[in-house]
Amino acid sequence: MNLRRAIISYARPFGTLAVLVALGGIISVLTPYFLTVPNLLNVAQQTVINAVIAVGMTLVIISAGIDLSVGSILAFAGVVLAQALHAGWPLPLAILAGVGVGTACGLVNGLLITMGRLPPFIATLGMMSVARGAALLATGGRPVSGFGESFRWLANGRLATVPAAVVLMLLVYAAAYFVLRRTKFGRYVYAVGGNEEAALLSGVPVGICKIAIYGSCGGLAGLAAVVLTSRLNSAQPIAGLSYELDAIAAAVIGGASLMGGEGSVLGTLVGALIMGVLRNGLNLLGVSSFVQQVFIGVVIIAAVLLDMLFKQRKR
Amino acid sequence: MDHSVQTVLSMKGIVKRYPGVVALEGVDLDVRRGEVHVLLGENGAGKSTLVKILAGAVRRDAGTLEIEGRAYELSTPREAQTAGVSVIYQEFNLVPGLTVAENIFLGREPRGFLPGFIDQALLVSEAERILHGLGVVIDPRSVVRSLGVAEQQMVEVAKALSVDARIVVMDEPTSALTEREIGRLFMVIRRLRERGVAIIYISHRLDELFQIGDRVTVLRDGRLIGTRVIAESTRAGLIRMMVGRDLTEQFPPRGATVGEEVLRVEGLTRRGVLDGISFVLHRGEVLGLTGLMGAGRTELARALFGADPIDAGRVWVRGSEVVIRSPQHAIRLGLGFLTEDRKRQGLVLGCSVTENICLASLDRFSRGGVMQAGNERAEASRLASELRVKTPSLGERVLNLSGGNQQKVVLGKWLCRSAEILLFDEPTRGIDVGAKAEVYQLIRRLSAAGKAILIISSELPEILGLSDRILVMSRGRLSGMFGAAEATPEAILRCALGADAA
Repeated sequence: MNLRRAIISYARPFGTLAVLVALGGIISVLTPYFLTVPNLLNVAQQTVINAVIAVGMTLVIISAGIDLSVGSILAFAGVVLAQALHAGWPLPLAILAGVGVGTACGLVNGLLITMGRLPPFIATLGMMSVARGAALLATGGRPVSGFGESFRWLANGRLATVPAAVVLMLLVYAAAYFVLRRTKFGRYVYAVGGNEEAALLSGVPVGICKIAIYGSCGGLAGLAAVVLTSRLNSAQPIAGLSYELDAIAAAVIGGASLMGGEGSVLGTLVGALIMGVLRNGLNLLGVSSFVQQVFIGVVIIAAVLLDMLFKQRKR
Repeated sequence: MDHSVQTVLSMKGIVKRYPGVVALEGVDLDVRRGEVHVLLGENGAGKSTLVKILAGAVRRDAGTLEIEGRAYELSTPREAQTAGVSVIYQEFNLVPGLTVAENIFLGREPRGFLPGFIDQALLVSEAERILHGLGVVIDPRSVVRSLGVAEQQMVEVAKALSVDARIVVMDEPTSALTEREIGRLFMVIRRLRERGVAIIYISHRLDELFQIGDRVTVLRDGRLIGTRVIAESTRAGLIRMMVGRDLTEQFPPRGATVGEEVLRVEGLTRRGVLDGISFVLHRGEVLGLTGLMGAGRTELARALFGADPIDAGRVWVRGSEVVIRSPQHAIRLGLGFLTEDRKRQGLVLGCSVTENICLASLDRFSRGGVMQAGNERAEASRLASELRVKTPSLGERVLNLSGGNQQKVVLGKWLCRSAEILLFDEPTRGIDVGAKAEVYQLIRRLSAAGKAILIISSELPEILGLSDRILVMSRGRLSGMFGAAEATPEAILRCALGADAA
């Protein structure tokens, strides 16, 4: 009985997992280099940025919202971080500044949506432009480059053989899984997305929840900015263009429903990995990046179509 | 006329299985021209599955289906429509922003001067003709959003007629209507019947079926129990067929003693909605609140619960004056609100039984924000068995539960929270006779255990059978108050109609 239920509730992430494994299988047949430890670690490392942003996006999507501003927030948080480092701030403080700026932008999103009663699409569309403009203003449109060894270690260093950034990503996912599955806040996120009015009438602090959700989403974009800046040894005010769409794609491939109330971080992780594997495999095969775009679009649509078929079958 | 012409619809040996559940097990249904055929059964009996098969929304696993002697597969809603089947669901399928005429002819607009253009004049005049034929006065040019529920329903009926439906299915058509509107709906149904349209009518209200029905088919647990001529049936007989046992004690006797005052309301006012409402509620008391639709009953509950702001008035809970600003605050004060529309306001349908039961009390089941899943499951399991919630497991999504069981889950949510003052808004709406009796017993048990209960209901027998005292509202004001002994349906109705209480 419990086993059956467990299988049903985990079938969805496993279904996506099956797609990931199949994809990996096909690519490894076509190019043997794919299935080597260095390359797989490389895939994981390439996935970190999208995967970290997608965690926040998953929270937002489960709550029946959307956040279009994460790419711009990433850019803004990145340049703030870079300028703090150049100004000689200690490393932890500079990182805190970057993540803090991201969180602050997210909190503003949340306030606009709850207090201002703006639809999430509009509020975050506005923030997308505001944060981008702020990043450009702060830097005069020029990249901020060149940092110390210890900062660059974050994205490029290794713990044993595992890239530090991958460890960070796994920690973020473990924490997000715990929060969504095991805490009161996590339960509220599903309730708010599943039926906001019922949640409100059951005493769920809907407004505070939403503010916290968008705040976390912005904060995670800030964290992704730390990794990206460290990797490139440079913060670009035009970084993160269309990252919001990648994050939405990862969440949706992973089974999150834009109607709210459904989704899981594990699914999102698999979704982000599918996108990473696809890009890496197509690169290895020498497929042009133009064709890659087409492939990724097809995968997004196919994943959601499969998901809908799967749900209809259960009806 | 020979028999084959008389019979419009003949369904034989219909079987539908879902994983783990048999929804229909060899059900037969035959419906004749110009009859109102009532489909009766508790929730989960298989009525809606049968209707969905007829509507082409669900595919049957076995059985045959003939409409006017022709066999049909009916694998899509479109095919069902072409075959002459039209279904009016409880949730209407109208586009709120379009006009009545546009809705009636949606997808089949009369072609205008050029392809792609619509002949507006013809559209309106045709709509007018159909509405007139139904004997209803609605301007075909008015926007659907601006119409009341009853009028929207008439638009649905008109839409069904415009496609020349020979079989019209009505799923609980009266659940949101007032007495007068029901009367008008019945007139329209009779008119359809005269025209030879076959009507399949689903309702939980037994009174209605005696008023409007010709024959009745009873289902129980996915099986056909029997088809009867209504004129030859009795209420008790039908109830027995539905539940498989006698339900003598619909309303359990009062047992509770009324204790001290727990809620006092004075001069509660919300401009245009509530006007100077005052009353008190005691421990162990069941206070009935009735009135016509739109009298302000639900609004009163919402205002008390902090869901809507108030303009004036004072409220005391257990002797101390409070200003309730939000549902959260109301819940902390020990109030619980069982809303009228459980799907939209009471439940998170995609969440499990456990998650819904515990939703209002997560503080109890968490420490430092971390859920204690064991405690939560134990409490949910205790309440679910106490309330006799029928569910495959506590992890089941409430989406998949029947109406009565969903209602018990909402009730469980407030019991879990140990709410002391319970506001019940139409607690038995859309649930079947058996589940109703259970809800009545639960209300009795709760009041015996010292809960203070305000029960809002449109069903007079329910109000009369349960309440210790009865409040009547009319146009936002209290128009009467009765003790259980002195209340009569006539007196209450007079107050409700606003024929000044005196």
